[in-house]
Amino acid sequence: MSTLEQPALLPVSHFLAGEGEKDLLRFTTAGSVDDGKSTLIGRLLHDTNGAYEDQIEAVRKSKVNRSTGNFDFSLLTDGLKAEREQGITIDVAYRYFATPRRKFIIADTPGHEQYTRNMATGASTADLAIILVDARHGVLAQTRRHAYISWLLGIEHLVVTVNKMDLVDYSAARFHEIRRDLEVLSHRLPGATLHYIPVSALEGDNIVARSANTPWYEGPSLLDLLENVEIARYTPTKAFRFPVQYVIRPDLDFRGFAGQVASGTVRPGDSLLALPSGQQAVVDRIVTFDGDLEEAFAPMAITLKLDREIDVSRGDILIKASEAPPSVSRHLEATLVWMSPEPLHAERTYLLRHGSREVSARVGQIHHRIDIETYGEISAGSLSMNEIARVAIETASPLYIDPYREIHAMGAVVLVDPISNNTVAAGMVSHTRQDKAAERRKRQTALAFQVSRVTPLERQHRHGHRGAVLLAEDLTLAESLDRAFFDRGWQSLLVEGETLDLRTPPAWLKAALDGANLVVLAGSLPEGASTQARLWGDYPLLTVTLRGTLEAATRKAVDLLAAHRVVPADEQSGDGEGI
Amino acid sequence: MSAATLNPASGSPAAIPPEPTNRYRLSHLRALEAESIHILREVAAQFERPVMLYSIGKDSSVMLHLARKAFFPGRLPFPLLHIDTTYEYPEMIEFRDRFTAEIGADLRVHTNWKAIEEGANPYDLGTSKCCGLLRTRALVDGLREGGYDAALGGARRDEERSRAKERVFSFRDTHGQWDPKNQRPELWNVYNGRVDKGESIRVFPLSNWTEMDVWQYIASENISIVPLYFAKEREVLVRGETLIPYQSNVKLLPNEKPQIVRCRMRSLGCTPCSGAVRSDADTLPKIIEELFGFRRSERENRVIDYDQDGSMEMKKREGYF
Ligand SMILES: Nc1nc2c(ncn2[C@@H]2O[C@H](COP(=O)(O)OP(=O)(O)O)[C@@H](O)[C@H]2O)c(=O)[nH]1
Repeated sequence: MSTLEQPALLPVSHFLAGEGEKDLLRFTTAGSVDDGKSTLIGRLLHDTNGAYEDQIEAVRKSKVNRSTGNFDFSLLTDGLKAEREQGITIDVAYRYFATPRRKFIIADTPGHEQYTRNMATGASTADLAIILVDARHGVLAQTRRHAYISWLLGIEHLVVTVNKMDLVDYSAARFHEIRRDLEVLSHRLPGATLHYIPVSALEGDNIVARSANTPWYEGPSLLDLLENVEIARYTPTKAFRFPVQYVIRPDLDFRGFAGQVASGTVRPGDSLLALPSGQQAVVDRIVTFDGDLEEAFAPMAITLKLDREIDVSRGDILIKASEAPPSVSRHLEATLVWMSPEPLHAERTYLLRHGSREVSARVGQIHHRIDIETYGEISAGSLSMNEIARVAIETASPLYIDPYREIHAMGAVVLVDPISNNTVAAGMVSHTRQDKAAERRKRQTALAFQVSRVTPLERQHRHGHRGAVLLAEDLTLAESLDRAFFDRGWQSLLVEGETLDLRTPPAWLKAALDGANLVVLAGSLPEGASTQARLWGDYPLLTVTLRGTLEAATRKAVDLLAAHRVVPADEQSGDGEGI
Repeated sequence: MSAATLNPASGSPAAIPPEPTNRYRLSHLRALEAESIHILREVAAQFERPVMLYSIGKDSSVMLHLARKAFFPGRLPFPLLHIDTTYEYPEMIEFRDRFTAEIGADLRVHTNWKAIEEGANPYDLGTSKCCGLLRTRALVDGLREGGYDAALGGARRDEERSRAKERVFSFRDTHGQWDPKNQRPELWNVYNGRVDKGESIRVFPLSNWTEMDVWQYIASENISIVPLYFAKEREVLVRGETLIPYQSNVKLLPNEKPQIVRCRMRSLGCTPCSGAVRSDADTLPKIIEELFGFRRSERENRVIDYDQDGSMEMKKREGYF
């Protein structure tokens, strides 16, 4: 192995820290048979001490050695006995290793055609995908397939690892050729970030450290990228969604709703709305074994105790009364990955799992199948194992849905065959078709429990946005914002000359925000106060400054509102469009 | 974005951490914990008669701890089941009875008494046959007698190659058998626990934990574990690389004499089949430090896995955990 740098040794003290400062990155690996996937993983495990000595010893002693070197790294990751004999891997296998920065979970999935379902399984929980390409063979049908499935399941980072560079003399030209071939595809994978790395899994080039054999390559080594890549999953800006999983009721005085936060954040004092009942309550405590929390966020597993008895059970969803609700409908538009040897029956009833909810469902229509090698559309009357299609699903009762691209857990569905009990398909919902009856019912239920008071949610429904404060020190800018918001049909208020004391914000401001107003404040914050904050737990406080032109600053403010989900993002829903 | 929360009642802006994005990042242990708690709650919600297999080892201790967290402030919504081979270390049984009483758990114990009465023991049968009767058979029978439709186990995917492929919700047919070629797809955190009568699901909440994660978690959460895990001077039989703690039920080989060696157990099981390792690690930090330098997988000292190539996989197909 020829490397420029040696990997740093892990200090023992790091492990003694107990809690550790690591975070978790989950990734998948995919490649065609013989692209060198097992060798690459074996190399990562070996070079980061993720393989145990007795396993290494067993490989050394093994009679099988398909590599050209004296140590076959691929044997470190081999699978079940039968597969070992056949020399291929056939299912999802999970591997683990850690560096001082991160713990990694690898979902290792096989490359060949009939196992689309395994790849989708591995990709469903991954933040990143390593897509192996053999430098000699370049981009193959499988490469396009892997990229597509990774993208479809919402993986953010696709790392194209061009392997066996040693067999093409570490040729920069060859690497760039492959890179160009893939860049042509990338516009059909909107939202994904592609990375390219030239490696030799066998020789260890650019795996742990950058290699002297590729001086023309300026990017990070594979491990460096894995350790440092930013994961969007950690951003808490999304709306709060809490599918209720289990009700904990040890005695008559305690009733807690247990579940995993699917997105967003929650604090005691937040007003929540239960769906479908439409009843409101305030978070009294966030209960855990280790004591109450001041704030919880995704993907924490918590128990919420509310300030009053409302009608909530498993399958319901708690959201914040101040945030835009998910859409409600019985008509889902989704991309479906069929996973069962038995093909889809259009007239059959399946059980659909959405979070902790289970309802009966039918696939009403197959719009078209997707050819995952050409990304083209094929008309189709049925759907068999490992095929992917855009479909319309109809459910027996309404579901509360956010698009899969926005909040995975709120847009992911699984179909189960009620006779065999097998999981037969996984679906990513892109949008719902309007279901007037369900919408009306939703509003009516919300109203039924709120005879005297108009709720923030109702006001948001009418205005099409929620409340926020925009602070502009410059009066001209403030006026421009007010005009721009008003012209867009939004509810906007201009207030002049306020110095906002964040510790005790005035009561009128709360009323204005609950009234779903965009409050433009021409004023300032006290010295030293944080410029980005939330008021009453939910409402963003956004500071807008005048840099560049007035128009640019105004446009930026509108973008900020969309980014904080105060107003809806522009109507260019991602899913399906890129195909 | 920065989402520093400003609550008029509780905070001054100065209390907001400088790098707020980090606040919303769970450490790997907290992320694993959340995943496991979600799995445990799914089991309680989806099944009518779930049970937790409690082997008294460190993984079981972590799983039990996570279950206490999952249902706090409520009680565990399922009983614990221990498959007692009668060849386990007395310290383990002592620990089991004391700890489960302390936390008020409902402990059930099952033993294949019929096989024992017929003389099943590791010396005459060989470890593999003995395990088949006193563990696998006893487990399958114990689960059937209890009518359990789901059994939680503390196995981890990093323990052994065949486990690396197993689902979190792992389907078992009416004979308790696993079919590695025909597993249910498992996506996101959605688990399919549907079974017909007689079938069951084995559930592995610690699937994604490694041995290091388990030890770090035990240290950071202060979880009680059996003292056998800590090094001290013990009377052992030295058999090649393997140290067998000397107990009354261990049979000496001709000319064999016990010796005093400072050692500890890396995984617990029956006296004749789980060896100790030479070690000075008598505290958790020392164990973690030892593990860090000590790159051998823990099951190596379980004699049985290496009886035959792929032996764990064969046992699993037959219904072992
Ligand atoms: N020359 C060379 N051979 C490699 C490299 N990576 C893998 N191989 C060889 O390619 C063959 C297939 O590798 P393997 O890891 O088993 O591929 P898998 O089927 O994708 O898991 C083996 O003989 C490896 O030794 C590489 O970077 N350079």
